[in-house]
Amino acid sequence: MSLLVTQLINLFAAVILMLAFAMISQRRILSLIHLFTLQGAALVAATAVVGYVTHQPHLYLSAALTLLLKVILIPMMLHRIIKRLDVRWDVEALINVPTTMLFGIVLVIFAFNLAKPISQLSSSIAGGTLGIALACVLLSLLMMIIRSKAVPQVIGFLSMENGLFFAATSATYGMPMVVELGIALDVLVGILIIGVFMFQIREQFDSLDIRHLEKLKEN
Amino acid sequence: MGTLLFVLGIPLVGSVVLALIGHKAFARDVNAGFSFATFAAACVLTARIVSSGPLVVGDEEFFIDPLNVFLVTLTAFVGLTTAIFSRPYMRIEQDHGKMTPARMRLYHSMYQLFSFTMLVALTTNNMGILWVAMEAATLTTVLLVSVYRTAASLEAAWKYFILCGVGIALALFGTVLLYMAAEKVLGAEGGALLWTHLDTVKTRLDPNIITLAFAFLFIGYGTKVGLVPLHNWLPDAHAEGPTPVSAVLSGLLLNVAMYALLRCKVLTDGALNNALAGQLLMGFGLASVVVAAFFLSRQKDVKRMFAYSSIEHMGLIAFAFGLGGPIANFAGLLHMTVHSLTKSAIFFAVGHATQKAGTQVMSEIRGLIKVSPTVGWGMMLGSIAILGMPPFGVFASEFLILTTAMREQPWATPILLLALGVAFASVLGRVLPMVFGETSVRRLPHSPSLLPVFVHLGLGLMLGLYVPPYLVGWYTQAARMLGG
Repeated sequence: MSLLVTQLINLFAAVILMLAFAMISQRRILSLIHLFTLQGAALVAATAVVGYVTHQPHLYLSAALTLLLKVILIPMMLHRIIKRLDVRWDVEALINVPTTMLFGIVLVIFAFNLAKPISQLSSSIAGGTLGIALACVLLSLLMMIIRSKAVPQVIGFLSMENGLFFAATSATYGMPMVVELGIALDVLVGILIIGVFMFQIREQFDSLDIRHLEKLKEN
Repeated sequence: MGTLLFVLGIPLVGSVVLALIGHKAFARDVNAGFSFATFAAACVLTARIVSSGPLVVGDEEFFIDPLNVFLVTLTAFVGLTTAIFSRPYMRIEQDHGKMTPARMRLYHSMYQLFSFTMLVALTTNNMGILWVAMEAATLTTVLLVSVYRTAASLEAAWKYFILCGVGIALALFGTVLLYMAAEKVLGAEGGALLWTHLDTVKTRLDPNIITLAFAFLFIGYGTKVGLVPLHNWLPDAHAEGPTPVSAVLSGLLLNVAMYALLRCKVLTDGALNNALAGQLLMGFGLASVVVAAFFLSRQKDVKRMFAYSSIEHMGLIAFAFGLGGPIANFAGLLHMTVHSLTKSAIFFAVGHATQKAGTQVMSEIRGLIKVSPTVGWGMMLGSIAILGMPPFGVFASEFLILTTAMREQPWATPILLLALGVAFASVLGRVLPMVFGETSVRRLPHSPSLLPVFVHLGLGLMLGLYVPPYLVGWYTQAARMLGG
């Protein structure tokens, strides 16, 4: 039983990691949002399973919170934003996807090595998943660096938050509830602000290309 | 508990009230009134801590000790003076058409909410809530920086959001790891994120996990402190937002981020029993001092220049805490105080100077002293004070830092002296022509409020000549707690 459950958690962890890779290479904004929603769903499933195994009722609450926020509310908001900004069908030109993927693999190896001494210590049921969580964080960071459009950059930011939540679930069975609520509130307010920002940026620059935002230079 | 409730409740209520009435003409006074009430409550709280020692309240969620109580008072005080300064300043901005009533409402409400988040970050006992409050402070200041809605301010705010958002997300990873290490010792129910609990078991925390946790916490909160090479957001955010916001960013937010870093350092020192945290702080602090000093000389925008000066001073503070030991910690705390007071005073003077000149470009601001002696002198004295000339307080703390460095890390002293010299030459070389000489600046429609400038500079001067004994006791206790 416990072996099966561990496998299940590892499976969801792998799904989250693969989705992070998929996001890096995805050119279409709409598909990117779908991938993000899926990643959120995998996170919910992983959290619920960990909650079931460890009999930690507050993990169910945490899973419900993630479901509400990452699978329902934020994707809905993103869909509305891209619809109103009329960038639904936008395709972003990505340079050199294979190289980026290779670099991503290097990041994953780095993350696994970094987390290894800690995973061995971890008493938690899925200690090995800490490396995956760290890899997700780093991959999302990579995505934020290589993307030049505002919406993909924000999705990268949110996907990083997914990685962090997964780290909290797998390494420690979730943070104390009050902290988790606070984090959720911050994420929600952050995405609201960023949504308003995108409209203002578009109004100012007639585009959502972040490359326009490089006027402030050192001199 | 009651007093703390007032300290935290007043700005929170203030932000709600000002969200409703912030666009009215009298909202400026209401804003200052709320800040005054917060300051009064903070004073009462301080008096209580001084007389009866550390305080743990609210189901152990809040915790006041000599280290954070002095920052609470400082935050409330600078919050008050900045609110007083912003009354005429924002009125003039409104006359110049840069602010609309709707934006004024946002500005006032966010100003109070920002005070609230900083006070929560300072008083909370929970390392997780500390993170939440820091992130909330980022969000409120993002809105404040972008309040003019110009292309440049949007760019600055976006950069600020993304860079600090990423930085602080890494700090969250560090917090998760910290929790993981603590859970092993304290158990999930034992309040494993409460700092008072962590502090008692810090020697038993797993060193492997804590090393990694501190690396992430350091990157995360270090971004908010503005340590090189994670400082890119800072000059933009300072230059493009309204000047009162620059004043609170430099004077308060950087301090609060440094405070978060210090709390993490105490735990790391206890767990690792080596100098890793101190060495990181020293290295990045020194890099910040040097890089900022050289960037200072290349600036054309007056607010950007003083933003770089903030990076330099935060670097110096980080270096001092990295050195550790009672004297360097004392100097670091003193430097935090005087830098906060002096830098916000400079931003007050700079704010009115740029309004008079209608530009932030330094080569176009000339002869301030002829049109308005108070603004001119405020800027002149402020610059002299921040550059570490005696008898101002910055001199005292820099002197202490340098002499300690000479004894403990002699190699660093010439580098520091060189950087301070470069900063001195570049800032003074820019400020002198702005203050003296022929003038092209105009009069302002409303008389500026320069009382805060001279109150701050006066306090800075006092701290240079004479630190009151109770303040010494307070700093000494806090310095001892930081160890090193």
